[in-house]
Amino acid sequence: MTPAMESLPDAVAAADDGPGAVDRTEPDDRRILDEAAVSRTVDRIAHQILEKTDGGAETVLLGIPTRGTPLARRLAERIETFTGVRLPVGALDVTLYRDDLRLRGPRALERTDLPSDGIDGRRVILVDDVLFSGRTIRAALDALSDLGRPRSVQLAVLVDRGHRELPIRADYVGKNLPTSRSESVRVQLREVDGRDTVILTRADA
Amino acid sequence: MISHLLSAADLDAETATLVLDTATELAAAAGRSVKKFPTLRGRTVVNLFYEDSTRTRISFEAAAKRLSADVINFSAKGSSVSKGESLKDTALTLQAMGADAVVIRHQASGAPHRLAKWVDGAVVNAGDGTHEHPTQALLDAYTMRSRLGRLDGLRVGIVGDVLHSRVARSNVLLLATLGADVTLVAPPTLVPVGVGAWPAAVSYDLDAVLPKLDVVMALRVQRERMTASYFPTEREYARRYGLDARRLAALPEHAIVMHPGPMNRGMEITPEVADSPRSTIVEQVTNGVNVRMAVLYLLLGGALKSATTPQEGAR
Repeated sequence: MTPAMESLPDAVAAADDGPGAVDRTEPDDRRILDEAAVSRTVDRIAHQILEKTDGGAETVLLGIPTRGTPLARRLAERIETFTGVRLPVGALDVTLYRDDLRLRGPRALERTDLPSDGIDGRRVILVDDVLFSGRTIRAALDALSDLGRPRSVQLAVLVDRGHRELPIRADYVGKNLPTSRSESVRVQLREVDGRDTVILTRADA
Repeated sequence: MISHLLSAADLDAETATLVLDTATELAAAAGRSVKKFPTLRGRTVVNLFYEDSTRTRISFEAAAKRLSADVINFSAKGSSVSKGESLKDTALTLQAMGADAVVIRHQASGAPHRLAKWVDGAVVNAGDGTHEHPTQALLDAYTMRSRLGRLDGLRVGIVGDVLHSRVARSNVLLLATLGADVTLVAPPTLVPVGVGAWPAAVSYDLDAVLPKLDVVMALRVQRERMTASYFPTEREYARRYGLDARRLAALPEHAIVMHPGPMNRGMEITPEVADSPRSTIVEQVTNGVNVRMAVLYLLLGGALKSATTPQEGAR
C-alpha cells in the first residue's frame, strides 16, 4: 500500500463530499485494498475467468447493482485487453427478488440490462462487490431463472467476508476477508464513489 | 415512504420521483418472457370498487398480479352493499380477512380517507367522487416524462370539465409538486369554486392557450355527475373546448395530447385527434400498470409495520 500517495486525493475528496466522507477519519477503519490493489485484484479475477471458461467462450458477465455493474464492466475490459475478445456485459437488479424487503423496506430499483443475445445456453458469471450472507446471490439466481436458462452460473466477487446463511460459494474471489459480524465492509469504486478502496469498519451502530 | 396513497398531495417531489423511477425500471421488464415478480408473494390486495371502472380496476389487478400478490375483486354490484351494508362494515370485513392493501374507488369524496382509519392495510385511492385520483396523476406525469423527457418547467393545459374531475385536481397537485406549469381551461360554469387556491392558472379561451403548451390533456365531460346544465349544447361545447384537427395543428410540433379515458369521441376530442400519433391515450393505459406496480411495491414492499428491526446488511 502507499498511504502517503493516497491521503492527498482523499483529503480533497472529503472536502468536496461533505458529510458523506466523515467516517474516513474513524480510527477503527482499516483499509483492506487501495486503488492499485483493487486494480491488481480485478486483473487476477479476469485471468482466472479466462482459465476456467476456456478463454471466455459463450460467457456473459452480469453485474449486480450498484457496484457489481462497474466491476463486471471492468472485468470485460481487462479480458479484452488480455485476449482481444469482448465478452457481453449486463446488469441484473435483484431488488424485487429479495427476501428481506419486509424487514428493510422497499428500495429504489436499479437498471436490469441484459446483453442483446440474452443468456439462454450461455455461461453466466454473476459479479458482485461483497459476498456475505449469500442472500443477494439467492435472489439473483431466482431472477435469472425468470429471464432465461443459462447453461451454467458462476459467481465472481471482489471480497468474500464470510458468514454465509445459505449454501452458496463464489467461483472467483478477489480477497478472502475474515470479519466479525459487527464489522462492515465498504467497497468504493471510481464509477460510483469517485475512488477505488475496500474499507473494513467496526460498526458499533 | 408513506403508508397510504390518498391524495396526490401526499407525495413530495422526492417520493413522486421515486415512484416514477421505479415505474421506469418496471417498464423495462415488461418485455421479458416472465413478466411476474415474486415481490408481493403471500400479500393480499383487495380491489374495492363502488363505482364502475374498466381500466383502473384491470390496471390495479394486473399490477398486483405481476407482483405475485393475491387479488380479491369486490364490486358494489352483487355484494352486500346492495343489501345496505355500510362502508365501515365492509371495511371491517376486509380487515378480518387480512387485506394487506385496499384499492378503493367510491362515489363519495373522502371515502378512502375514512377507510384508512378503519383498516390496518395500505389504502390506495383509485378515485373518490370529484375529489382525487392520485395514481392517474402519477401515470400522466410518467407519460409526460417519458415522451418529453422532463416535468420541470413543462407547460400543461388541462381542458374541459374541471369541476367534476378528480383527474384534474390530482394532476394539478402532482404537477405543481414536480415543477410543471399548469393552466386549466374550461367554460366558467365548469371551473370549481376556490380554484384561486390551486397552484394553476385558469383560462376560458382554449385557442389562446394552445400555442404555448407542451401537453394538452382533455377531460371527459362527466354527464353522469351533471345535475344542472353547464353548457348550452354539446355542439357548442365541442366547438369551444373540443380538441379537433385544427386545434392539434395550433399546438407546438412536439406537444402531446392526453386523455384519461373513457372518451366521449366527438365531444371533448375528435376521433382523428384521439387516434393521431401525438395522442398518448393508449400509452397511458400501458404506463398505468407499471406506475401502479411501483405504488404497490413501495407501499407494500416493506410495509409490515411491526417488523421494524432492520437486519445488519445482508448481502
